[in-house]
Amino acid sequence: MDSASLANLSDKLMLTTVVLYIVALVAYAADLGFGRGRRRAETAEAREEARRESRVLAGAGGGDAVDTTGTTDGATGTTDDAPADVPAGTAGEEGGRDWGRLAVLLNLFGWAANLGVIVTRGMAVHRWPWGNMYEFLTAISFAAVTAFLIVAFRYKARFLGAFVMAAAVIALGIDNIWLYNSAGPVMPALNSYWIAIHVTAAIIATGAFTVAGATTILYVLKSRREARGPIPADALLARVPSTEQLDRLALRVTMFAFPIWTAAIIMGAIWADDAWGRYWGWDPKEIWSFVTWIAYAAYLHARSTAGWKGRRAALLSLVAFACLIFNFFGVNYMFKGKHSYAAPAPAPVVRTVERSGGSA
Amino acid sequence: MTDTQGTESATEAPAERRAPGDAPARPRGLGPLGWLRWGWRQLTTMRTALVLLFLVAVGAVPGSILPQRGEAPERVEQYLQDHRTAGPFLDKLKMFDVFASPWFAAIYILLFVSLAGCVIPRAAKHLQAMRARPPAAPRNLERLPQAASFETGRTPDEVLAEARKVLKRRRFRVDAADGAVAAEKGYLGETGNLVFHLALLGLLFALGLGNSFGYRGNVLLSEGKTFANSLSNYDQFKPGRQFDTDEMAPFTLTLDKFKAEYETKGDKRGQATDFSARVRFKDDPSAKERPYDLKINHPLKVGGAKVYLLGHGYAPKFTVRDAKGNIAFQDSVPFLAMEPQNLTSEGVIKVPDADPEQLAFYAILWPTAVASDDGKQIVSAFPAALRPVLTISTFTGDIGLDSGVPQSVYQLPALKDGRLKPLPGGSKLLEPGESFTLPGGKGTVTFDGLDEWISLSVNDDPGRVPALVAAVLAVFGVATSFLVRRRRVWVRAGAGEDGRTVVRVGGLTLGNPTAEFDEITAALSGARPGGEEPAPATGKKE
Repeated sequence: MDSASLANLSDKLMLTTVVLYIVALVAYAADLGFGRGRRRAETAEAREEARRESRVLAGAGGGDAVDTTGTTDGATGTTDDAPADVPAGTAGEEGGRDWGRLAVLLNLFGWAANLGVIVTRGMAVHRWPWGNMYEFLTAISFAAVTAFLIVAFRYKARFLGAFVMAAAVIALGIDNIWLYNSAGPVMPALNSYWIAIHVTAAIIATGAFTVAGATTILYVLKSRREARGPIPADALLARVPSTEQLDRLALRVTMFAFPIWTAAIIMGAIWADDAWGRYWGWDPKEIWSFVTWIAYAAYLHARSTAGWKGRRAALLSLVAFACLIFNFFGVNYMFKGKHSYAAPAPAPVVRTVERSGGSA
Repeated sequence: MTDTQGTESATEAPAERRAPGDAPARPRGLGPLGWLRWGWRQLTTMRTALVLLFLVAVGAVPGSILPQRGEAPERVEQYLQDHRTAGPFLDKLKMFDVFASPWFAAIYILLFVSLAGCVIPRAAKHLQAMRARPPAAPRNLERLPQAASFETGRTPDEVLAEARKVLKRRRFRVDAADGAVAAEKGYLGETGNLVFHLALLGLLFALGLGNSFGYRGNVLLSEGKTFANSLSNYDQFKPGRQFDTDEMAPFTLTLDKFKAEYETKGDKRGQATDFSARVRFKDDPSAKERPYDLKINHPLKVGGAKVYLLGHGYAPKFTVRDAKGNIAFQDSVPFLAMEPQNLTSEGVIKVPDADPEQLAFYAILWPTAVASDDGKQIVSAFPAALRPVLTISTFTGDIGLDSGVPQSVYQLPALKDGRLKPLPGGSKLLEPGESFTLPGGKGTVTFDGLDEWISLSVNDDPGRVPALVAAVLAVFGVATSFLVRRRRVWVRAGAGEDGRTVVRVGGLTLGNPTAEFDEITAALSGARPGGEEPAPATGKKE
């Protein structure tokens, strides 16, 4: 296949991706709304209750109590270890449609199509397919969905699906409507192996931060709702895990993304040293990457500080996420800087050079 | 500082930043020393560090919104002209030099002092802890976040010996005392955490080192010209505070040929795809000359300095003969791009040696000249020089170079005060090789052809390598501190009521408990025939 038809295929796959993500979004929402997730949440609630009791017993800590609690908890432990949320072979035994499984399946197809968009684009342009904002955002959406799928399987966090799908659909919508850029070469400054390292790290970190952000938003919503009183069993928020679990998941994902973001900034500095002659020059992108980094660092510190734990730390995390988003959209489109790859055909920098006296 | 979770139970946690809760109460009637101590404690609390972190972030924001002198001085001037009232006020607040401003320095220095005040004592404590014995077993192991117990037919001593073996195999540091085994591992987590924070301090020092001892300069070099690295040859030069001219590497660099490649087809037509400058350089005047292909992302390292290709442009070559027919000027003249897309460029030619009257020219160059859509103007259709055409206008009089006032090579300031006057009929379109005989026998000007120029940035930053080392350490430090957690395990064995041995195992992990604990328990209880199934962990937190 030649470049033009590969580029064409990439654009078609993009449409497929968006459609599949939208359908997956609906299926995830259905799963949350009236799928088996509801029953599961109820059993989970019961399980949590049992565990709390057992802990109280353990706390009472007599010699006799040890055996009793041991057995109770052993039982819960086994149920707990079963992949409750992962589509298992026995799924559907309770009758009715399993929206969750359908959603994951659609999601996986969409993910594959998203991967296809990136691969065909890369093949069409013979370079790393993140040389402009369109390609960058496509890759970030892919990274976010990948991060979600990993979290969904590893930490049974399928409840995030609707939210991450919504984020991916919005991102890809913006990407196609406002940022679309046809396949072509990149400006010489981007022609470096560092693009493979620095931009990839930024993409992975941004994708993971997005999942952490979605989890944190859920956490804030749920903890606010809880503060007002017990959540009725049929409320949507009753079907997402406990605030404690949400908080922990958000932290886990942030702790994964933070070192990668740090590395992305540092590798960017190394690249800048090769391309622009300085490793740090307070370019708007550099400033906002730094601000984002600071904000996430503040969140991680706040998370371990009494008085800042919980909702205040979560708000810090959301501020950090807002900085991250602004770093993507605001900096590239509002400020003039070396990272202004938003322009369709950037020209090389021409410096005004002042000389005094004499002829050249 | 990056501990993911604070104290898990009554057992002591590592030296943490003080939580605001236990921030020292405001002292009353303290001497100056007491106040100092109180201030220091305040500064090193986590709350202060968080506030300072927040301030650094907020303080950096104006640097992205307003133009900065360090990056774009011309845009600062523009801003000051456009905002007559707000401009000077913002300037007073150093808003155009945010990252060199005293207030920004105050924030980050306070932050780093706060950081040092926390991390350095903590590092000392950590070193001690690494040499100390694991803390003795708490009385009630079953109250720990991870706890298990089982009964076995083995004697307590056998069980404890087994525990030591199992834990040692898992690389725990093990200590035995009064009927219990205490074990601890995962120091690397705290080590990584400390390395990360110390590396940040190192990074700051490296930045300072580069700012003090380095230099940075810009120079424009046309094809066929040679640049020698000395202060007077730079167009712009920014030395560090402690910089000494003797430290400049005595290299020379000659530009043979610059080549720009552009996309020729499709909707990306005209976009640059590659820039490459063929240069020759010598480390010092007596050294052997070596060739180098200077590209963007591919700087030249020479004598401790690095040379970067930053930009490029056209430098048309001219020969000017004066009224007497003598060659008064013969050289290439760098032109500046008026628009970045297709590189329509402008420039001036100054001929102070023309006799009897000085000559000056202003010219516009279209690298690929075509008629505009309405057919009335000439425009450039492509950035490469496919069909270069230039228009030239002639001026006569006094250029003003003899007055000693420095002037830009791209401008004719003498036009404003009337010392230079346009020559009637002195405008003409020229293609390469064409000459124009000036009216009134004032001489001739020939457009000999087109060279290109490159702008180079030369810098020497002694902080570069230390900064890289610090940055790499920071990444490894933070990753390690997130991946490795400190874990403590205690095993106690004693005779039970029925003569069997009751074994209790307790575990305390910073952050979330790991599966390791259950594996250890399983290994202990199932290690020998006769060992019973363990009762799984009680009160297990996920």
